[in-house]
Amino acid sequence: MARIFAYILHKGGVPDDTAAELPAAARRIDPGGPVTAIVTGWDANLDKLCESLTGTYPEIWKIAKEPLAHPNAELVRQALASVLPAGSILLVPHAHFGVDLSPGLSIKMNTPYVPDVVDIEGMEGTWLKAVRQELGGQVSVHVRSNLATGAVLNIRPGAFRPADRVLGGGRVVDKSAEVGTLTARRRYLETIAAETGDVDITKEPVLISIGRGIGEQENVAIAEDLAEAMGAAVSCSRPVVDARWMDKSRQVGSSGHTVRPKVYLACGISGSFQHLAGIKGSPFIVAINKNPKAPIFRVAEVGIVDDMLEFLPALASRVREETSAPGKERRRS
Amino acid sequence: MEILVCAKRVPDTAENEIQINRAGTDIERDDLVYSVNEPDNYAVEEALQIAARTGGKVTVVTVGGEEDEEVLRREMAMGAARGVLISDDAFQGSDGRGIAAILKAYVESEHYDLILTGVQADDGCAQVGGMLAAMLDYPFASLVTSIEVLDGRKLKIGQEIEGGSKEISAIDLPCVLSIQTGINEPRYVGMRGIRQVASVPIPTLGAADLGVAPDAAGEAAAKVKRVDYFVPPAGQGAEMLQGSREEIVEKLMDLLKAKGGLN
Repeated sequence: MARIFAYILHKGGVPDDTAAELPAAARRIDPGGPVTAIVTGWDANLDKLCESLTGTYPEIWKIAKEPLAHPNAELVRQALASVLPAGSILLVPHAHFGVDLSPGLSIKMNTPYVPDVVDIEGMEGTWLKAVRQELGGQVSVHVRSNLATGAVLNIRPGAFRPADRVLGGGRVVDKSAEVGTLTARRRYLETIAAETGDVDITKEPVLISIGRGIGEQENVAIAEDLAEAMGAAVSCSRPVVDARWMDKSRQVGSSGHTVRPKVYLACGISGSFQHLAGIKGSPFIVAINKNPKAPIFRVAEVGIVDDMLEFLPALASRVREETSAPGKERRRS
Repeated sequence: MEILVCAKRVPDTAENEIQINRAGTDIERDDLVYSVNEPDNYAVEEALQIAARTGGKVTVVTVGGEEDEEVLRREMAMGAARGVLISDDAFQGSDGRGIAAILKAYVESEHYDLILTGVQADDGCAQVGGMLAAMLDYPFASLVTSIEVLDGRKLKIGQEIEGGSKEISAIDLPCVLSIQTGINEPRYVGMRGIRQVASVPIPTLGAADLGVAPDAAGEAAAKVKRVDYFVPPAGQGAEMLQGSREEIVEKLMDLLKAKGGLN
């Protein structure tokens, strides 16, 4: 069995959640084999970071180079291609950085690339049998790939549960000297932080969240009216921001905000994994969607198959009946 | 600047309820509504805006069959000067790597300063742009949400990263960029626009025209193969509220009260 490596995403000296998930994916490929972590970077936190992984990985390869101070996929590709032995299987989280890094890396290493793996059924000889999703998560697909010459596998964040057991005693190996001069034709300049809007959706206990099903800009008022009746705030999924119907500061998802409400009404939202990645803290999710096959129904507690444009006004007027009863007042608009 | 945009015709998930065929070998394609992969429209719009500022023209290419011509015509109606259809029986069953190899051969037969793709298509792989760049040895950036032309040799780009932040980089030309939705507002295409380009000839290129080796594309070359399609497991699955709309509203009211949804 080829050696399996896990690329560690990290920020501010802290490993990403996926650092604990990749070994679980690796065990589905090679149940007994060791998994080696690869960490790239350049700052005082890097050693502390490597140390923090010794409970999860028996071996951690550290690549400390000044040009890697900022994770530039072009440079990380060069670094990985110089240290990974031929035939290696590399696991990478399928998040923004992994999408940037991996397709090109698989060409550089001349190996198969399987993106966005959500499950691994196991190996048949050297053939991997894995599960992917297509058409925005509406269908699943079994795929096969021969890993005899190695592979780059991008693993969906959150798809594999970290093991409970802690190994301990992992050792850090400095591989920096094996990486030669790194030259970039794409040079990092700066990071522009996300804008904050008039409403901080990350602090709202109840969110009325709208997706493509809202249809047109004028209909946003329907959601705003329900939010007013319920004392909630309106958030949205990516297509609503793309269409310029709501501000980017209202977007829930891996490219927007991570929210932790108590109650989340997903209205006309199909439920892509990028959107679901922005909902934390196990809220009570109610999904309202015309399409009974929408993936959102697989994660919601309660589902309603209806046209949100008709259902939301009906709900709003019923909420108003209740809250206009004596002694009750709407919290705010 | 000469700009190439790689586009794909895909089932429109907003217009279709996707069903899997009985054998599980594919989705039911008979009554599907197809459209241009949404991010590709943003890529074409971005290309047109850059060409308007810098001069040069926009070419749209797709790998597929005769039915994919409609995608090229739509993007030509947006303003692309040229559409190119790459089609060959030998390309059937190509995986993403095969498509990238075909596009590489095409790019090398022409001269382009900038190559754009949509960030991902119906298969959710988000791979062809990055592979194409590596095959051409061009720099690459994914999830691009802004492009500014600095001079003839480089661009200043913004890339989407986690949490809604944006990373700014300079990138040398020629390069490949994968374009994220929301980067611009793609222009509207009416029937009239489509009619105007209906008779513009679209060249069709095959494996021999491009010099694509038989082991570089097609089913035999695919390193990742689909086995079958299936309906994703429901997990816990939602409790579906049944009844008239009024009844459902009543049930939901009780649930919302219990869960702290009414303030």
